[in-house]
Amino acid sequence: MCSGLSQRSNRVRGKGCLSMQYVIIGNSTAAVGAVEAIRRNDKEGSIVIISNESHHVYSRPLISYLLLGKTDEHRMKYRGDNFYRDNKCELMLNKTAVRIEPEKKQVILDDGTSVSYDKLLVCTGSSPFVPPMPGLDEVKNKFTFYTLDDARALDNVLKENMKVLIVGAGLIGLKCAEGISKKNVEITCVDLAPKVLSSILDEESSAIVKGHLEEHNIKFYLKQQIAKFEGNIAYLSDNTEIEFDVLVLAVGVRPNISLIKDIGGKTNRGIIIDERCRTSIPDIYAAGDCSESIDISSEEAKVMALLPNAYMQGECAGMNMSGVDFVFDKAFPMNSIGLFGLHIMTAGTYTGEVYSDSEQKNYKKLFYSNNRLNGFILIGNIEKAGIYTSLIRERTPLDTLNFELICKMPGLMAFSRKTRAEKLGGIKNESIGA
Amino acid sequence: MKRVYVNEKWCLGCHLCEYYCAFASTGGKDMALVLKDIEISPRIRIEEMDGISFAVSCRHCDEPFCVKGCITGALSKNDGIITIDKEKCIGCYTCVLSCPYGAVQPSDDGAIQKCELCIKTHAGVPQCVLGCPNGAIVFEERGA
Repeated sequence: MCSGLSQRSNRVRGKGCLSMQYVIIGNSTAAVGAVEAIRRNDKEGSIVIISNESHHVYSRPLISYLLLGKTDEHRMKYRGDNFYRDNKCELMLNKTAVRIEPEKKQVILDDGTSVSYDKLLVCTGSSPFVPPMPGLDEVKNKFTFYTLDDARALDNVLKENMKVLIVGAGLIGLKCAEGISKKNVEITCVDLAPKVLSSILDEESSAIVKGHLEEHNIKFYLKQQIAKFEGNIAYLSDNTEIEFDVLVLAVGVRPNISLIKDIGGKTNRGIIIDERCRTSIPDIYAAGDCSESIDISSEEAKVMALLPNAYMQGECAGMNMSGVDFVFDKAFPMNSIGLFGLHIMTAGTYTGEVYSDSEQKNYKKLFYSNNRLNGFILIGNIEKAGIYTSLIRERTPLDTLNFELICKMPGLMAFSRKTRAEKLGGIKNESIGA
Repeated sequence: MKRVYVNEKWCLGCHLCEYYCAFASTGGKDMALVLKDIEISPRIRIEEMDGISFAVSCRHCDEPFCVKGCITGALSKNDGIITIDKEKCIGCYTCVLSCPYGAVQPSDDGAIQKCELCIKTHAGVPQCVLGCPNGAIVFEERGA
């Protein structure tokens, strides 16, 4: 019996024992993608998952919905209660991987023990980045908003009529604002950028979203930074004073790359991976928010910290780790976000010519060049948006479809009859009568 | 694996599939009574223009971007059929953003809705197929 987990730390692979030892550092979306892929190909090998949290895998983006009361800790489990058992995984909670020893093929944990691997996946995610701000150390009620424990801690101190100051008007800051809005608190949001959701929206669309949020009583100070804190007062760069009871720091996140960087693996902002999710070190893979790969919509290397990419990269890593050649070369930024009932969808890169169509809170912008759709922004009417997404994903030549029609309204009608027969009729390589 | 296939050559654009679909999820006995005066929200939808019409519903893809991208784990694929756990879904619509066919929709209850081949309501007998008067929607095995 060589898959015995008790032998994990100093496993000797005896004769006739070919069972693989897969080790995954991280226990979120990419880890699940990897486990599900590994088990498609290898039912026997042992899988060890190392997590520095104490929870069953949960969906991180749901922490705002948890505070809002739209989900609970049971329903926000990303996979069912039996996930680890069914997939024969050993889950090591509350352990931090501190070092990888690639020459010995082992991972050293914070308790001094080691875990051997044949194939290793690093999916360590990212961590909130808190820039130095004078006086921050003396602020009592300060939180980040990234993990379930963060959300629980914030929830524990929030009381009605409290004043909450959120630093950062990006995805995390605004979802946090929505999450706590039902608690009857006063919310103020400060950001250095001149617009909300500055990483995914252009000026016009950002103005629509900001207006919508203001209708829900969120107050903004944009193009402002915190000059200093004095107790419960924040002073902005223009000397505005903001009093608060609770401070949420949502300035941004940084990929957790140190395990690979420390041993000389290639890193940039994220851990650099190829289209098979391999790092520059043999038998070590990386996936998810900690990694950096090619965005097909801009052909640039980027950290695309998004849940769908994390799953698909994890899956790709898992396939290759378990011996099946598998390529994931369809990564690009995409976001679907609802804020106080207003839906926002964005994808790809905002370069090239622009098709735009907007009316009040319905907003559409498509960006295209060289016969390809590069990106889009939709607010309000998001019906069938996935058809636009697929044009980016597949790099569909726009002259193969009725582009004028699809700009107005995403639909399969804009494709050729033959393409539709393939998509809807399962008919391939066959000519069909008109 | 049996699938719903559409042949637009035979589609009359009568929208009966939409009505049968909407009725299928109500559990009612009389379609006319149940759907009278309500705006239906079917999981199968007709696209039509200039005399061309065809029905679109979930293809239960081999590479299901909706399932892989689902942020809650509410969408899953079992025995070839993609289903939604409405208890888990929080209506973020990442699946709407992911589906290449436009076959996933927001619904009235806050979760998303999609074709589940009537496995929850009619023992896996798709009602749109039964309701199509011209054989434009069929449920059959056609291989991959």
